[in-house]
Amino acid sequence: MGLLISDRVFEIVGWNPTDFRALADNRKQWVMVIDLARCDGCGECTKGCSREHFVPEGTEWITVFKVQDELGAQYFLPRPCMHCENAPCVKVCPVGATFRRDDGVILIDHERCIGCRYCMAACPYNARSFNWAEPAHTPAELAHPYSIEEPWPHRVGVVEKCMFCVHYAKQGKLPACVRACTAEMGDGAIFFGDMREDAVSNGTETLPLAETLRERGGFRFKEELGTRPRVWYLPPRSS
Amino acid sequence: MGQTIEADPSLVRPLQRTTWRFYVLCGVLTTIVGIGVAGYVTQLQTGLAVTGLNDKVSWGLYISNFVFFIGISHAGTLISAILRVSGAAWRRPITRMAESITVIAIVIAAAFPILDLGRPDRIINVFLYGRIESAIMWDFVSIFTYLTGSIIYLSLPMIPDAAILRAKYQLGRFRGFLYKLLAGRWTGSRLQQIGLKKAIGLMAIIIIPVAVSVHTVVSWIFGMTLRVGWHTAIYGPYFVVGAIFSGIATIIIAMAVFRRVYHLEKYLTVKHFRNLGVLLLVLDIAIIYFSLSDYLTAAYGSQTQDVRWLAALSTGPYAVLFWGMLIGGFIVPAVLLSLNRTRSVAGITIAAILVAVGMWVERFLIVVPTMAVPQVPFDWGVYQATWVEWAITAASIAAFALLYAIFSKIFPIVSMWEVAEETETISEAVAEAEEVTT
Repeated sequence: MGLLISDRVFEIVGWNPTDFRALADNRKQWVMVIDLARCDGCGECTKGCSREHFVPEGTEWITVFKVQDELGAQYFLPRPCMHCENAPCVKVCPVGATFRRDDGVILIDHERCIGCRYCMAACPYNARSFNWAEPAHTPAELAHPYSIEEPWPHRVGVVEKCMFCVHYAKQGKLPACVRACTAEMGDGAIFFGDMREDAVSNGTETLPLAETLRERGGFRFKEELGTRPRVWYLPPRSS
Repeated sequence: MGQTIEADPSLVRPLQRTTWRFYVLCGVLTTIVGIGVAGYVTQLQTGLAVTGLNDKVSWGLYISNFVFFIGISHAGTLISAILRVSGAAWRRPITRMAESITVIAIVIAAAFPILDLGRPDRIINVFLYGRIESAIMWDFVSIFTYLTGSIIYLSLPMIPDAAILRAKYQLGRFRGFLYKLLAGRWTGSRLQQIGLKKAIGLMAIIIIPVAVSVHTVVSWIFGMTLRVGWHTAIYGPYFVVGAIFSGIATIIIAMAVFRRVYHLEKYLTVKHFRNLGVLLLVLDIAIIYFSLSDYLTAAYGSQTQDVRWLAALSTGPYAVLFWGMLIGGFIVPAVLLSLNRTRSVAGITIAAILVAVGMWVERFLIVVPTMAVPQVPFDWGVYQATWVEWAITAASIAAFALLYAIFSKIFPIVSMWEVAEETETISEAVAEAEEVTT
């Protein structure tokens, strides 16, 4: 990182300066699996997420969309950040405010972001939102010290999004949306885990990742774009 | 030559005499700029929430204006450079008019991405942490290269004029200082003239690829994303052609205004309007061709997203603007520019105004509808610009006119030595011809 010189240029010349923000345990590769057959669109995931991260009103880090196809089939599609391996947002950021960590999580440095919103234009999933005004704060939020992993208090003029609850992952805890979903449903629709361990869990049930995706026809949103998301979906009707 | 040039005093008259109308105009323009500044102050206080932008349509008028003004900036440099390189003698009275448009338009264009920033206070991060993979950085580099080149290209031909003004006219301390600074040690010697001509010729050649790169890179900001309507290889040339198109229209409008206000009928003749009118027509046809290619390719393949985007443009919320642009901004001007009856100064100027407005709409239709097309299931974005955005937009146009008007009071808007040289070359040619015949 530095004036007009990027990571890739360093890679080409064979020198790799450390971006300390991107350091993480690379033995972990965090992934999420969302079972659309189980999702009933209650929106508890969004509420749980917003509550635990003090997400400003009008902004959602995970949004539940209602999908209806021409034949009348209807299902719900929760959309967190996809944490793409080939992330369009990371590519376009002019200042490296958004970056991909060694554990595959895309984070935003709210102290570096200049608010140009190019990442929002580039994201094919609309996973990013912008603080158009100074958000309303709560005392608990303001008491919390800001860090890139736990980016609140929220602030005006920067882009924010889901950060895969890396702060919880570090403590061995599941993300806020996963816990909220399982608490509501009993058998939660959202699973989280480590790709290297080949297992994802919703808190009550653990699934083998590769086998589940293979047998249940797991897919990724807009696979054709080549963004290689770290979020998989299981189809809305299991065969 | 140089000091010995017989400069036409009528070209200096606007610098000597200023009517009350000029001050009224400046007052009105300053007021409009002031309202825009007030709008920006409210935006700084509350954030971009004062605009109509939202998480779906996150770029709007500011970015449209940015693209528009960068387009206008092609007027000058590119056109004057191309005409210089191709040796078109009729360009002489309009080169300075064109080149100054460039410099002023780039300055205003460059302000817009900054006006659009959520954190303008952190602009320094672009220098501290700039990443060359980002198309915004490409833009940053190419726009500053272009601005630097254009300033050099504008000032080089001003040197002999500055020397004339320094030697023969008393225009006050400020302008006197400017002329002295610019004229430097210019004496008009043979050697200096050769050097100047070489420098201008070299800059004319250098500036052409730089100008092309600027608008190409602006298009790549959009083209490099995976969005419908943006992610197409045609965008580079499409933007460049659109830029030259709107640039020529702007010169024609400027010519019409200066011709009338400063009584420059002698220099800005019907021939100039007609020649530029032909250029405008050629680019009009090119832009129609590019638009057809762009829209037809999307429509024929009819991918889901393409269909949504085209429907929004042609029958949806943007239909009035879309058809207005195609018919009013592209087709009607083409007709006006083709028919002999309407190829008068007035007719060509009207066509140019239609083109300028049409090209602004075109820029808006590039930015906004694409962002409004849903990328996830399946709600449309809605964007309604607020007074702040309109005020800043109006202010940018007013600032452009204001800076241009002030420039025309500091420097003769027609390059004195170049037109004098032209008359000389002609009389020399006539003399030679006479010698041959006798």
